[in-house]
Amino acid sequence: MNAIFPVFTLLLCGMFTLAGCSRGTSAEPPTPGNASAVAGAAADTGGSRKGDFGPPQGEPIKAVLTSPPNVPPPTGRSAPAKVIVELEVIEKELPIAEGTTYTFWTFGGTVPGSFIRVRQGDTVEFHLNNHPDSKMPHNIDLHGVTGPGGGAASSFTAPGHSSQFTFKALNQGLFVYHCATAPVGMHVANGMYGLILVEPPQGLPPVDKEFYVMQGDFYTVGKFREKGFQAFDMQKAIDENATYVLFNGSETALTGDNALKASVGQNVRLYVGNGGPNLVSSFHVIGEIFDKVWYEGGTRYQENVQTTLVPAGGAIIADFHLEVPGSYVLVDHSIFRAFNKGALGILKIDGPENLSIYSGKEVDSVYLGDKAASLASVSTAATSNAAGTLSLEEQVAAGKSLYSGTCSVCHQDNGAGLPGVFPPLAKSDYLATQPKEQIVRVVLNGLSGAVKVNGQDYNSVMPPMSQLRDDEIANILSFVQTSWGNSGERVRKEDVTAVRAATPRAEGAAH
Amino acid sequence: MRLAALLMTVLLPSAAAGDFVRLPGQAAFTSILKYTDSDGKVPIAPFELMTTPVTNAQFLAFVVTHPEWRRGTAPSVFAEARYLSHWGGPLSLGAAAEAAQPVTHVSWFAARAYCEANNARLPTWSEWEYAAAADATRADARKDPAWRDRILGWYAKPANVPLARVGQGSPDLHGVHDLHGLVWEWVDDYAAMLVSADNRNQADPDVLTFCGAGALATDDRENYAVLMRIAMLSALEAHNTTGSLGFRCARGASGDVQ
Repeated sequence: MNAIFPVFTLLLCGMFTLAGCSRGTSAEPPTPGNASAVAGAAADTGGSRKGDFGPPQGEPIKAVLTSPPNVPPPTGRSAPAKVIVELEVIEKELPIAEGTTYTFWTFGGTVPGSFIRVRQGDTVEFHLNNHPDSKMPHNIDLHGVTGPGGGAASSFTAPGHSSQFTFKALNQGLFVYHCATAPVGMHVANGMYGLILVEPPQGLPPVDKEFYVMQGDFYTVGKFREKGFQAFDMQKAIDENATYVLFNGSETALTGDNALKASVGQNVRLYVGNGGPNLVSSFHVIGEIFDKVWYEGGTRYQENVQTTLVPAGGAIIADFHLEVPGSYVLVDHSIFRAFNKGALGILKIDGPENLSIYSGKEVDSVYLGDKAASLASVSTAATSNAAGTLSLEEQVAAGKSLYSGTCSVCHQDNGAGLPGVFPPLAKSDYLATQPKEQIVRVVLNGLSGAVKVNGQDYNSVMPPMSQLRDDEIANILSFVQTSWGNSGERVRKEDVTAVRAATPRAEGAAH
Repeated sequence: MRLAALLMTVLLPSAAAGDFVRLPGQAAFTSILKYTDSDGKVPIAPFELMTTPVTNAQFLAFVVTHPEWRRGTAPSVFAEARYLSHWGGPLSLGAAAEAAQPVTHVSWFAARAYCEANNARLPTWSEWEYAAAADATRADARKDPAWRDRILGWYAKPANVPLARVGQGSPDLHGVHDLHGLVWEWVDDYAAMLVSADNRNQADPDVLTFCGAGALATDDRENYAVLMRIAMLSALEAHNTTGSLGFRCARGASGDVQ
C-alpha cells in the first residue's frame, strides 16, 4: 500500500494543479531506507530536518575515492555509517592542452578532484592532507556540509600538515567542493574543486555506466594552445576573460583515447559539476537528449532536456538511454567555448546501427538555392528533341541552364574553373584537342587523376554525371563547346547514347 | 675539527650573521592589512634588514654553537618533527641542502632564536611588507602590475624543485634580495595577524570584533600577491615548518636589537 500511495498522488497532481495536491501529501515525509519513498513524489524530503538518521552504525568505512571520469560504486547501504575520507592536496604541473602545461592545485592529484560518494545521514570524518611539497596552505569547503564555511574554517592546512573535521551529511544531492583559501578565485582557477554525491537513502535508480565530468575555466598568460609552461593570469581571471574552458582540466581529458565509452542499449548517467571560477555552463551533449536531469543536483528531475544550466559552484545529474552508436560531443553550448576554448568531450558509443531511429546520411546533393535558373529552356529543348526539330540555339539555351545548375559549382559560371583545383572549360585546349567521345565520357563517367589543361596540371576528382539524360548532356556540351571562346562541335543526343552504351555504368554514379 | 674546517670553507668571514642594510622607513606606510585604529597607515621606523634570507650554512653555524636547536634535540613544542628534516644530519647539510640555499623547515621559535643569537630579531609584518613593496627603482611598486605578476609567477611554480641560492637576482632599491620569488619568510608578529581560517569571512563584522587590531579585512582586495603570504603565515603554528618557509633577521637602525 505504501508504495502505491505516492504514485497515485503524483498522478493526481499531474491531472489537476500541483499546488492544490502537494498540500495534502506533505504530511508524510519519506522514510529513510524505504525504497518506496520515491523522489518524484510531491511530498518534500524534509531537507536537513529529516536528514539525520541517528548515530553511525557498524565499523567505520573508508570511502572509495575515484579520479575523473570514474565514479565510485553506489554505497549500497541501508543504515547510516561513519565514513572516513582521506583527501590529499597536491600541487603539480600537468598538461592543459597538447604541448602546454600549467601548475594545477589539486584535490587528489587530478582536476577535478577525487569523487566522493556517501549516503544521506552518514557521518563523514574528513581528513585533508596537504602534501609536504606544496607551496600553499589549502582548505576545503564542501557544499554538502551544514556548518560555517562548509568545513573551510576547520580545514585550513599548511604544507606538510593534515586537518580533520567531521560532519553529518544531512542533505541529499550532488554537491561541489572547493578550496576556500585566499585568494579563493585563484585556488579555484587552479583546479581546486570536485564533487561529493550524497545519495538519497534509497539510492539513485541503477544505471549501466556512470561518469564524472566537471567544467572549469582557466586563465593563462599565453594565448589558447600557446606551447610550453603557462602561468596563471590574475588580471584575465578578474576580467573573466577565460583562455581555456575545459572539461576535467585538460583539452584532451575526454577526447581521443580518453573518450568516455558506452554501448547501445545502456543507460548512462553523467555527474556534471562546474567549478568555475567564473563561467556558468550551458551543458549539452550533441546528438542526445537527456531523459532525466536532476537540475542543480537536487532531488527532483526534469525530463527530456536538451541543454541544462550548471552554475559555477553547482552540479547536475543527467541520465540518458543510448540508442544509436557513434561519437557524441559534450559541450558547453556557449559555443565559442567549445570550439575555441576547449570545452569539448567525446562520448563514444559502440553497438549495432539502428537505422529506423537514425538513418545516417541518405542523400548528399548539390543545393543551389537561387542559382538554379529557370528551366523553361530545358523543357523547350526536350519538347523539340522529341519532335525532332531541336536547333543548336535551343540546345545551347537549355545547356546553359543545365550547366548553371550542375556544372558551375566547380567550373564556375564563366567557365574559368578554379586554378589548380577545377580545370577551366573556357578556351580549353583539352576540349579543343580531345575527341568528342572522350568529352562525353568524362561527363558520363567522371574523371580522376592527372590532366593538363591550358598548361596547368590538375589532379582531382570529377564525379560521374550519369544521372543526366543523354539529351541533357548533349545540350550542356553543345553549350560549352560553343561558348567562352571554344569552337568545338555540337553534340547530339545520339553521340551520348552511343558512348553510354559502350561504357558500363560507372561505379558509384551520383544519384 | 673536520666540521670546523668545513665551516671555514662555506662561510664568508662576515656572513655568519648575514649582511644588514639600512631601510629609511616611512611615517605612514599603507599596509594591506586594514588597521582599524589608524586608517590603514602604519609608521615604519628606520631599521636594518638582512640582504638575503638566512642560508643553510648560516643556520648550521648557529646549531653548532647552540646545541639545543639541533635537529632531534630541539623540543617538539618548539620545532615539529620535520624541523631541518632535509639536512643530512643534525650537524651536516647532506646532499639535499646546499650551503647557499635559504634554510627552510625551520620553526618560528628556531628562527627567533637564531636572530637573537645574532643580536637581531625577526622583522615585524609591517617592516617586511614595507621592505617587500620595493622594486629595483621604487620604494613602493605595489600598484605596478609587473610587480604583482612577478610574485604570482613564483606562486605558479610547484615547490618540488630545488630552491635557488640566495642573492642570485638583482637587489631592490634598498639593496635587499629575495623578498619575493624564493621562500616564504617568518615575521615576528605573524601570530597577531589572525586572518580567519576561512578567508572569505573578511566582510563579517564578527571577525573584526574578535580578531583585534591586526586581523581583518585586507585593504587591497586586488593585491592577491601579498594576501597569499598572509594566508600562508596564518596557516602556521609557531612550531610548524615547511619546505618553502625560511626567514631573515632585522634590527634597529643603530644596529641594536630594537
